[in-house]
Amino acid sequence: MSDLNTQAVARYKNNFLREVEERVEEGDMVKMCMQCGVCAGSCPLGPHWQHSPQKIFMMIRAGKREEVLTSDSMWMCTSCYNCIVRCPRQLPITHIMHGLANYAHRLGIAPKGQPTREFAKTFWNNLIKKGRVNELTLTLAHYFANGIGPGIQIALNMQKIGLGMVLAGRLNPMEIFGGHSVKDLNGFHAVLAKAKEIEDRKKGFSA
Amino acid sequence: MADNKFAAYICSGCGLGDKLDVGSLEKIAQKEGKMTVVKNHPFLCSASGVQMIKDDIANEGVTHLCIAACSRRAKTEAFNFPTAAVSRTNLREGVLWVVAEGSDHDEVRQEMAEDYVRMGCAEVKKMKLPEGNPNRDQAQNKRILVVGGGMSGMTAALAAAEAGYEAVLVEKTGALGGFAANLWKRVPFSSPYAEPQATGVEEMVAKVTGNTRIKLHLNTTVAETGGAPGRFTVKLARESGAVSDETVGAIVQASGFTPYDMAKLPELGGGQANVVDQAGLEALAKTANGGAIKRADGKIVTSVVFVQCAGQRDDTGTHLSYCSGHCCATSIKQAMYFKDANPDVDTVVMYTDLRVPGMGEDFYRSAQQKGVIFTKGKASKVTGGDSCKVEFSDLILDEQTSVDADLVVLATGQVANAGVNLDAWTEVNTAAEGGNEEAKVKRSGMKTISVLNLNYRQGPDMPQFKHGFADSHFICFPYETRRTGIYAAGPTRRPMDMLQATEDATGAAMKAIQAVENAAQGRAAHPRAWDLSFPSARLEGCTQCKRCTVECPFGAIDEDEKRFPVFNEQRCRRCGTCMGACPVRVISFENYSCDTVGSQIKAVNVPDEDEEKPRILILACENDAYPALDMAGVQRLSYSAYVRAIPVRCLGSVNTIWITDALNGGYDGVMMMGCKKGDDYQCHFVKGSEMAHYRMSKIGDTLKQMGIEPERVVTEEVAITDNARVAKLINDYAAQINDLGPSPMKGFG
Amino acid sequence: MAKKEYAFYPGCSSQAKSSAANYLTSVNTMCDKLDIKLTEIPDWNCCGASIGYAEGGELPRLAINARNFALAEQHLPGKDIVATCAACWLGARETKERLDHTSQLMKETNEALAAAGLKYEGKVNIRHMVEVLIEDLGYDAIKAPVVKPLEGLKIAGYVGCQTNRPFGIDGESFENPKYLDKFIEVLGGEPIEKYEQKVACCGGALAFSEPEKSQKQIRDIVESALDHQAELIVTPCPLCQANVEVYQSEINRKNGTKFAVPVVYYSQLMAVAYGSSAKDAGLNGQLIRTEALEKIANR
Repeated sequence: MSDLNTQAVARYKNNFLREVEERVEEGDMVKMCMQCGVCAGSCPLGPHWQHSPQKIFMMIRAGKREEVLTSDSMWMCTSCYNCIVRCPRQLPITHIMHGLANYAHRLGIAPKGQPTREFAKTFWNNLIKKGRVNELTLTLAHYFANGIGPGIQIALNMQKIGLGMVLAGRLNPMEIFGGHSVKDLNGFHAVLAKAKEIEDRKKGFSA
Repeated sequence: MADNKFAAYICSGCGLGDKLDVGSLEKIAQKEGKMTVVKNHPFLCSASGVQMIKDDIANEGVTHLCIAACSRRAKTEAFNFPTAAVSRTNLREGVLWVVAEGSDHDEVRQEMAEDYVRMGCAEVKKMKLPEGNPNRDQAQNKRILVVGGGMSGMTAALAAAEAGYEAVLVEKTGALGGFAANLWKRVPFSSPYAEPQATGVEEMVAKVTGNTRIKLHLNTTVAETGGAPGRFTVKLARESGAVSDETVGAIVQASGFTPYDMAKLPELGGGQANVVDQAGLEALAKTANGGAIKRADGKIVTSVVFVQCAGQRDDTGTHLSYCSGHCCATSIKQAMYFKDANPDVDTVVMYTDLRVPGMGEDFYRSAQQKGVIFTKGKASKVTGGDSCKVEFSDLILDEQTSVDADLVVLATGQVANAGVNLDAWTEVNTAAEGGNEEAKVKRSGMKTISVLNLNYRQGPDMPQFKHGFADSHFICFPYETRRTGIYAAGPTRRPMDMLQATEDATGAAMKAIQAVENAAQGRAAHPRAWDLSFPSARLEGCTQCKRCTVECPFGAIDEDEKRFPVFNEQRCRRCGTCMGACPVRVISFENYSCDTVGSQIKAVNVPDEDEEKPRILILACENDAYPALDMAGVQRLSYSAYVRAIPVRCLGSVNTIWITDALNGGYDGVMMMGCKKGDDYQCHFVKGSEMAHYRMSKIGDTLKQMGIEPERVVTEEVAITDNARVAKLINDYAAQINDLGPSPMKGFG
Repeated sequence: MAKKEYAFYPGCSSQAKSSAANYLTSVNTMCDKLDIKLTEIPDWNCCGASIGYAEGGELPRLAINARNFALAEQHLPGKDIVATCAACWLGARETKERLDHTSQLMKETNEALAAAGLKYEGKVNIRHMVEVLIEDLGYDAIKAPVVKPLEGLKIAGYVGCQTNRPFGIDGESFENPKYLDKFIEVLGGEPIEKYEQKVACCGGALAFSEPEKSQKQIRDIVESALDHQAELIVTPCPLCQANVEVYQSEINRKNGTKFAVPVVYYSQLMAVAYGSSAKDAGLNGQLIRTEALEKIANR
């Protein structure tokens, strides 16, 4: 267990709902779920998760902290927002799923090697480097995340596509040398650093 | 009394004159119908047409008139002649609009119209102008008796008083307020539907006691009720034994409910320490007076579980099978008692389906905002004691689990205080009258739980509807009971919350006012509130068979010592079920009798066998089936031109003589159309349709003796929306009659 | 002076030689014809996209979007921000709503912006290009420049997720938005009215991380279009376009199917219908060539 996680457990004891309300993005709306299950029936990745949003909300209320935060269900979210627009109680379900995933990730107890978790990390690190996404290095970093061997296999499979993108003028091999960037990179990084500092303080991630 | 003078008026508007030979119709009215005056008009319902009729009534002394135009359901305001007896014969919806178009059908169309003119003339010849209940002078009392001093009863009494009527309010306990008086707070009635509210009971009690039009009897029960609307006599018994008499015009029964007995729920901890029902929780909350709620043992409650549907919606047959409707909102309110006093109290509402009618959804949301946890689960076992445990199956997470709590609240249901079950009563009473001593004891026991102690031959209370609730015409006219002038209100009628109960009581008070006003004018009560006709019996022909008294759905007929029927006209709804029941046909109304219908049946010209034109009699209930037939016409759905339809007040009024007369007269078939019967009846007169089906099931033998195939007589259930279906029913039946061939009775009539 | 002017937020994928470079090409052509002037927000940054949540968290995401707002307020005062990318629009609009509704977040965001000497006043409006077309111009104005109607072309309007939910286009339903069909209609083409997969999800960013699951979605989207004899698919979203176009060959390789349905942007349809060349319509940017459109463009 990570230190952050241990501290959170100590702080909230058995009241996981309160922990979610205070620390998870839009977590204060979890209590408003009326358990109709429309979200569960609206998710495009429905067949692939173990716990529907409906169940996740019920598990939070039942105090099943460990089960919720280690679940890979939230990581199945494609951000299609179907659950949000259909929820009769107007819970921001997509955001709560994102928030739970983010919280579990920050506590260090989200499922290890979960591909979306890994990709999300790669994506964010890619975009904050230059302020804009470098699609080439993003793709390469993602495909080689599991090491050179599997990476080459994926890259070979995707080679034709990549080449097609280059030929269509939609992928630039030269991006490897830097690519697009915001000019005031220092300012951009300063904004990010400050925002992170405030959020960490607010959500108990910093001492 | 002036001589009767008969007139027929034939309209040629709406295309009638184009498709029908009106001249020939006039001749038939004159020669066969024996009408003294016969006129036609191109637009009979116009001002000039109506004036023509009015002039004839005023100047020519016309007393009886047959209007041959559109359906009796159309143009009722134009053709309103209160001083004349009026028959309406239906040439437009009944002939012009339903007989197939084209000259191929000219002959049958004309024949159909001619028969209807013959029928309209025959009917009016047998009619008398209704004069109103001759005993109306004795039915002038307009006071309203309200039985029960809870929220429903107080509301009804106040509503009547504020409308200018005197109310007599009877409450068996020593104080007004009923169940609501024991509540700490009530659920909100108005926006924003977010917080529990003061009950308002004290204010209402003050309004009742301060109202000079309300006469209050506390510690009092109803010892005997007799009479009829406008002239009820009521004996009131005080706890002390003193008896006083009141006369009233109508009665509102607001006898309330009793919570389902928790002791019957041992598996849910009923009877164990720290397991209470919702009433028990209200008592704890009242004691706490807004502070921390404590258990009976004085411990402050830090966690509480509400178990919904405790002994309700039970499908095992052991407990209540129904939902009481209010309990989810009540538990939500009670959970708020805890959260409002201390947000840290763990409150769980355990439900299988949360049902919060009205604006309860907002209230539910408010509780969620306050942090009440709602768990979808079914409790299997509750253990009481110092630390209670609720074992349950979590229906979302699909697991067996449990939750501990300081206190468990069982949301039990409402059991109606509806007095004596009449089925049980009849059995005991019959045995008691037969001299059985045990039954006599049992019978006096039953009288003590009776709410009204009616001295009607049908038993001491109103009939009970489903699940022991007081009677209600649930589907069509919820306020109506089978005891005219007596209206049930509040949770004695169906499970309901306080807001619904007060609305219900206001409605019941209005119905009571309507009843006393109608009675005073000698008119019927709902659903024939305009009707001035009343039943009369030729007692010299009566065989004292009691069928009329037994079959009257409204308990309107008592028996005298010689077992002759005694009509209480004010209790009568004018459905004619007694007339349909009477084997010797001695019961009739002035404008509706065995003769008015029988003469129509006989007036039809039945062609000979070789003409291959069958005749089918339709007896259609005027409440649903006849409008459906009209609507079929409005939609130009065609049906067989061989049918002749006669509207009847209720299928219950159909006397079997009409069937046998028709078949003897050479009709090839008889089709009866009435309302839906059974548990979900839509019969306006509750039992009429059912009685008709029952009677018809018995005429098979008679038909066989006549040598007639039983399938020539059919009974159908028709709803008012069945316009397309009704045309198909007729055509299918006509095809069936065609297959059967001509009636063997043809030509013998 | 141009009829309408906006602060333009092209987003990462629309940059030169990026995955939606052809979107930008066609948008520029379309705007020329419609007399719309787009001025790029100077030094804009990435919106964080939907997948940014996991590592980024809430406030950093809000702050980088607010940085764009502050730049627009400063350099292009009074102009609505227009995004062409669904994710950019969504990320920006979500940020704006949260900051508008929660003063605490507004305060914290401005605290972060101050680190770069910026301040967000809360004045900008966030629009999608589709909103501009429908609300500021209207269907009649979209129809007016048509010189080469897309006659006889059956087109499946694939709206997808993020231009449709959770905000969507005003007046449209979430379950069956009609605006793409109306675009196709005014451009002279034939919309597939009963396209079942109209608002289905292509898998979004999970096309990378969960390729099997996403490709199942994409397969349904393409198959349903083919069931209705669509010759091409049109979409307003760069990620939808890329996913649905790019992975058809992968799906074919794994399943032995022979999908090759071109996927284009609404702006490309407009550019062609308005008479521009295939190149100006960005048609050379397609992985699956759209011969039908090229034919019309070259006519």
